[in-house]
Amino acid sequence: MGMYPEIDDKLLSLEEAVGRFIKNGSQIAIGGFTVTRNPMALAYEIVRQGIKDIHLVCHSHGQALDILIGAGCVSRLEIAYGGNGRYAPTCIRFKKAIQRGEIQFEDYSNYQMSLRFFAGSLGIPFIPTKSGLGSDLIDIEGFLPEIRKEEKVASKKYVVTQNPFNGEDDKVLLLPALNPDVAIMHAQYVGEDGTVRIKGLTFADMEQAKSADVVIVTCEEIVPRSFIRLDPDQNSLPPFFVDAIVKVPYGAHPTAVYTYYDYDPKHLNLYKKVAEDDKAFKVYLDEWVYGVRSHQEYLEKVGNTALFQIKANPILGYAVGLDRK
Amino acid sequence: MAAYTDNEMMALAAGRFIRNGDIVFAGTGVSMLAATAAKRIYAPKAVVFFETGGIDPSLEEIPMAVADPRIMYGTCLNSGLIEAFSIVGHRKLHTIAFLGAAQVDKYGNLNTTVIGDYHKPKTRFSGSGGACDVASLASGVITFMQHQKRRFVEKLDYLTSVGWYKGGDSRRRLGLPRGGALAVVTNLGVMKFHETTREMYLAEYYPGITVDKIVENTGFLVDTSRAVEAAPPTPEELRILREEVDPQKLIL
Repeated sequence: MGMYPEIDDKLLSLEEAVGRFIKNGSQIAIGGFTVTRNPMALAYEIVRQGIKDIHLVCHSHGQALDILIGAGCVSRLEIAYGGNGRYAPTCIRFKKAIQRGEIQFEDYSNYQMSLRFFAGSLGIPFIPTKSGLGSDLIDIEGFLPEIRKEEKVASKKYVVTQNPFNGEDDKVLLLPALNPDVAIMHAQYVGEDGTVRIKGLTFADMEQAKSADVVIVTCEEIVPRSFIRLDPDQNSLPPFFVDAIVKVPYGAHPTAVYTYYDYDPKHLNLYKKVAEDDKAFKVYLDEWVYGVRSHQEYLEKVGNTALFQIKANPILGYAVGLDRK
Repeated sequence: MAAYTDNEMMALAAGRFIRNGDIVFAGTGVSMLAATAAKRIYAPKAVVFFETGGIDPSLEEIPMAVADPRIMYGTCLNSGLIEAFSIVGHRKLHTIAFLGAAQVDKYGNLNTTVIGDYHKPKTRFSGSGGACDVASLASGVITFMQHQKRRFVEKLDYLTSVGWYKGGDSRRRLGLPRGGALAVVTNLGVMKFHETTREMYLAEYYPGITVDKIVENTGFLVDTSRAVEAAPPTPEELRILREEVDPQKLIL
């Protein structure tokens, strides 16, 4: 018995969680949004374990997306947006991979991707919306027809049809549901009972988690049952949705975790510089991902000074006056 | 007259469209600046919100992405994407979205996806994000553009976000009952759309900018008969922008 008997079977190391649940060819949904709450420790571990041919499904993503694509782990992508704020208006390795024809990709919008996860979480095969009518998102498909025959890939990108209820000319768009193999996400708290609490914005993390076959959650802290159940209005996921829990402080660095730490402008600027150049990027991966054995070792490289600079004011949720240029 | 930058003029020109009671959707960059400026200067009772789910944050520091933790503090509600888009398209709300784009056509349709062929593009951009969604669902869209011929084009390389589609009532016939392009705010002036044809026309040129310069930098014919000179920023507007909205000069 470990410290937390209720989640003993779920509490894993990064190596175990990735090794057990993520395979070559897995369809993976990543939590967070651009510069916030990217499950970076998991992304780095996926890279270290040399997982290939990932089919990523996401709305707007930043650093984890770019690392996974840059390291050659991703062969397919369904995405609404690849960007990292002012540090990468378009994610750099994402941009290069598409321009070089290295990955198969298909564009959706944020709302559409969120609705697709939502439909998957509800167990319905598709969901209607008005969003996207008339756009090239509908008119131009990214995936080749043979991919569409595979399990977990929609047989069509969209269907435009009439509202079946009013008999008038009233078009709607039907979006195919998503049920990824694995959802990976980073939260502030997991209770010792397995309850997940995300503070600040939740984006589409809950829909992603509930649509996936397997859910891996990394967290800043494991907190007492008495704490997480004292104020359940604040909780995000009940324990039974979660298959693996890994405690990884600073597990989203260099992206932000509300009330814990801000995004790290120094690291993101470093990344921006190296990502533009293939050789420099390889050196970066060797140094920051392959060259460290654990997230702890990675954090030692980031250094206490940098971690102190991005430490969030726990009331405001971000690092006040941080030099973000 | 005080000296000012393009971004300052653009933020103010767009901010002037916002009225008390409007629900303002902000994207990244100048759009963030304009939304914050609108609330601080023109419409204190407007509500700024973000597609990520942050509604009415206090914005004590300017966010540099829509998922910035700075949009999670002082909000009336922190939610998620589905909730945010339910607000964008809500029948009871007047929602105005600020967007940016790589290309715009004469009907205010936008491209934020690729230049060149979709499958093997010359330049890949970030993609729709929530732009396609707000263009479909909001009451109106104001777009920020650098005014260049290669950006104001006859035909988009990719139509990410629908404006007035093919003009006239074609947007409504698509199945989009409300919304459309309100204005395109550029570094040279403000473009609006004809009430029935929905074609872009020049509404305002900034002080020191000629109508000819705007015509030269637009890749399609544009009606200039209604153009007037825009009011320059007042010293007070500039003070608020510089001292309260973006004192760290992250965007300005």
